[in-house]
Amino acid sequence: MGKYIVRRLLQMIPVILGATFLIFAMVFALPGDPTAGKCGERPCPPAYVAKFRQEHNLNDPLLVQYGKYVGKLVQGDLGTNYYGIPVKDELAKRYVTTGKLALMAVLWETLIGILAGVLAGIRKGKFIDNLVLVSTLFVISIPIFVIGATLQMFLGVRMGLFPVTVSPAATFYELLLPSFVLASASVAYIARLTRTNMVENLRADYVRTAIAKGLTRRRAVGIHTLRNSLIPVVTYIGVDVGALLGGAIVTERIFNIQGVGGFLFRSIGSRDGVAVVGTVTALVIVYLFANLIVDLLYGVLDPRISHD
Amino acid sequence: MTEATTIAVGAETGTTQATEGGARSLASDAWRQLKKNPIFWVSVVLILIFVVMAAVPQLFTQTDPAEAILKNARERPNANAWFGRDIQGYDIYARTVYGARASILVGVFATLSTVVIGALLGVIAGFYGGWGDTLISRITDVFLAIPLLLGGILFMASFPNTVDSPYMVVVGKVVLALGLLGWPSIARLMRSSVLQVKPNDYVQAARALGASPLRIIRSHILPNAMAPVIVVSTINLGVYISVEATPSFLGIGLTPPAISWGVSISDALVALRTTPHILLFPSLFLSLTVLAFIMLGDAVRDAFDPKTR
Repeated sequence: MGKYIVRRLLQMIPVILGATFLIFAMVFALPGDPTAGKCGERPCPPAYVAKFRQEHNLNDPLLVQYGKYVGKLVQGDLGTNYYGIPVKDELAKRYVTTGKLALMAVLWETLIGILAGVLAGIRKGKFIDNLVLVSTLFVISIPIFVIGATLQMFLGVRMGLFPVTVSPAATFYELLLPSFVLASASVAYIARLTRTNMVENLRADYVRTAIAKGLTRRRAVGIHTLRNSLIPVVTYIGVDVGALLGGAIVTERIFNIQGVGGFLFRSIGSRDGVAVVGTVTALVIVYLFANLIVDLLYGVLDPRISHD
Repeated sequence: MTEATTIAVGAETGTTQATEGGARSLASDAWRQLKKNPIFWVSVVLILIFVVMAAVPQLFTQTDPAEAILKNARERPNANAWFGRDIQGYDIYARTVYGARASILVGVFATLSTVVIGALLGVIAGFYGGWGDTLISRITDVFLAIPLLLGGILFMASFPNTVDSPYMVVVGKVVLALGLLGWPSIARLMRSSVLQVKPNDYVQAARALGASPLRIIRSHILPNAMAPVIVVSTINLGVYISVEATPSFLGIGLTPPAISWGVSISDALVALRTTPHILLFPSLFLSLTVLAFIMLGDAVRDAFDPKTR
């Protein structure tokens, strides 16, 4: 187990390096001048521009810039953005908000997604099954910002059930609606995935054996079938964490949440390379760890899979 | 989202192994199954309508989509303007019809590019193995670690559009961004399905008879390993159309004066409180298109999967 984790951690290093390099190259290609607009209504004095470019290594070729960045990254230093604010501090603050949002989205996914999938799976072909299948297709086919704006309009503005925007404190109640919007498509996928696996496993021999040896249906379905059906679902949730954090850009914009997405978007807009690369690096690391945790969970769900 | 989608679909698809039902091939067996499925026909008809709409919008409307009648702005649906008019006084019906082109183009070409790159790399990795496999798998990991939406936004920001960028250039950029970030999931799927086909007897027999690797890939591996990829890419096509609208919402994809569903939808959001019909029609068309491709993918998967019969 310990050896497995160490091996996985080592395998992460090339992925992190590759992903940061890709992002770095794209940021390097960002057109425009990062010093534009920094000196008010007039162009910056050449001396300031020269100093600025020197400080942020902007005169070096791509590979040298990247090398210098990684050198600092290894020491845990994400650098300061072009406004002199340490990226690490800013991210720490914002990742708490976005992390809360993503975590609540994962909760929605597991609660509603798995529940709907199980209900549909054990009543295959009945009303509830068709209801789940049709409504999930419906949700999948609508872009997330349409779902977000419409729910915000009806549940927030018209009916006043939920706050329309989120304050910097980002309380649980305020994040209920945004996290649901963020999770909506994934909830639909998970419901369908759970349903398919439940249907398949309910026909399996071991379920028949379990019932034949006298277990109640509740136990045969709830313990034996469900546990075996959850492996693909858990895989999906693990991969989805990355998509949730990235997809938060849209949700955060709709509900005015002060999270990573807004920061990233603004940084891209102001050509703030250090901030963009730092944010994405942190995101990739979170994603890789989520996948590691998922792989470790396999062993819990299926004893045949061991990591020794 | 797509990486995750692919896994979900891939897991739902499972292994599609050919079963010998008489002398029919897997494909003709699947076709017989498909012909009987009403959902398949509904989605095919819907897709045909939208493709024709994208190719020759003039067939559906005589109104100029760029004609703004400002005094009639926000008009509700009526006999003159079937879907009403938007904030600028554009005819929503005409704009919705003309908007199909961008979505269909992006969906089709993004899917094609992911399938070409993904299938090629997947076959190389799965068939030849060795260091090429290791290299391709690691590159796949790197690309998979970057969320589709985020990478797409960064890409679009790195190569921004000006007001007079030609339409096809902007569409091409969106296609490029989606293709660049979408191929890894297809490559991974293709690799695993090639690995499943490779040890089969008929492949070994062909090799023993002296067939060249290229011939084995072309006539034995590809036909038997393509099914899961076809299913996933059909569904991805729908997902890409939905993703294409998002950069427009953020103001970096297609932007006015280009006409697309994404542009119409994001323009309509400001009017949501007072005149929701402006939002309704473009999003309805977009959702119907996405739905048609997802239903088609579902139907094809069921036809190819012996377990669901």
